[in-house]
Amino acid sequence: MTTPILTLTIDGRPVSGLATETVLQVAGENGIAIPTLCFLDGLSATGACRLCMVEIEGSAKLHPACVTPIQEGMVVTTQSERLRSYRRAIVQLLFAERNHVCAVCVSNGHCELQDLARELGIDHIDFPGRYPALAVDASHSRFVLDHNRCVLCTRCVRVCAEIEGAHTWDVKNRGIRSQIVADLDTPWGTSTTCTGCGKCVHVCPTGALSEKGRSVAEMQKKRPALPYLVANRAEERR
Amino acid sequence: MNRLRLATLWLDGCSGCHMSLLDTDERLLDLAAQVDIVYSPLVDAKDFPEQVDVVCIEGAVATDADEARLRLARRRSRLLIAMGDCAVTGNVPAMRNIMGAEAMLRAVYLESRPLKPQIPADGLPHLNEQALPLHHFVPIDLFIPGCPPAADTLFAALGGLLAGIADLRLDTRFGA
Ligand code: SF4
Ligand code: FES
Repeated sequence: MTTPILTLTIDGRPVSGLATETVLQVAGENGIAIPTLCFLDGLSATGACRLCMVEIEGSAKLHPACVTPIQEGMVVTTQSERLRSYRRAIVQLLFAERNHVCAVCVSNGHCELQDLARELGIDHIDFPGRYPALAVDASHSRFVLDHNRCVLCTRCVRVCAEIEGAHTWDVKNRGIRSQIVADLDTPWGTSTTCTGCGKCVHVCPTGALSEKGRSVAEMQKKRPALPYLVANRAEERR
Repeated sequence: MNRLRLATLWLDGCSGCHMSLLDTDERLLDLAAQVDIVYSPLVDAKDFPEQVDVVCIEGAVATDADEARLRLARRRSRLLIAMGDCAVTGNVPAMRNIMGAEAMLRAVYLESRPLKPQIPADGLPHLNEQALPLHHFVPIDLFIPGCPPAADTLFAALGGLLAGIADLRLDTRFGA
């Protein structure tokens, strides 16, 4: 059975896509940029960060583009004052929630959170900082996890479970107390499941996961070619 | 033509933003032709004067003395610029907010086993529990993030103000 092709309107432009595609995918294929943070091509989409929210005609609520399948006749707006103000608030809340000190961060200049702030024209943080006391786990021989910089996007959790197949990472607690943990909340260096592949480090959008020995601004991530890895696997299984 | 009355103020910062301002090299001469620097660590004026047009403030607010200087500068200036990440976000001085001022002072001056363990106090203002950005205290007219903001960015900002551009779009970011 062939997948039907649907037509819809995004930002006033008529576009089409496969019925299995999301609003984010179809927008991307048509050169329409929607800001994202938790989404990473090749991993499952969780709709965690809410930056990709869009307006859909006939619906009062906003919809996360990365997990919203397209529908025939849908009318989508990706840029509006309302969306912009929410996106700005989300990024500011991420900055206020933990200790993001860009000037002394390993990822300064190569950080998706920093880039988002710049793209959205955020020049200060309206909310008071929480300044939580968070640990840095440097127990692994090659990598470091700095909870101060983590935005809880769970890219590391997903790449480890879905691509590497190790599922070393997970999330403990709920809400503002959430934290990334290795195995059953053990120091990373004593994990019995971690293969040391480093994929989590390279998909992490901020300086939360880095290679040991990197100084300020030195951590440049090389995104693994995840869609390619996934496609090759599907090939083999057949 | 009335020359613009420019002031700069140095609160809890490393002076890097002031260095960046000086880093505009020979363009400083153009700037100097258009402004009077009426108060600054770079000139010899003791008191913050009245009727300042623009004040550029570097650093976070770390003490009551910082706060008083900030409020005076706000009252006496038409435009207030938060210059650099410490003024804009708290940045490095605010890293102590995680543990508080007392614990930080003890860690640095007593527990790190210095030759002569003592917490400096003579003639120094008492550190507030937290170092905070300027906009927690007074309204800000322009935020210029960056650690430090590039000389070009600062020059563009001052040049834009001199030219009367209302909506300045500066090319800078946190941590720059
Ligand atoms: S460590 Fe990095 S990849 Fe993992 S949840 Fe935090 S920000 Fe995301
Ligand atoms: S990218 Fe869609 S919710 Fe994060």
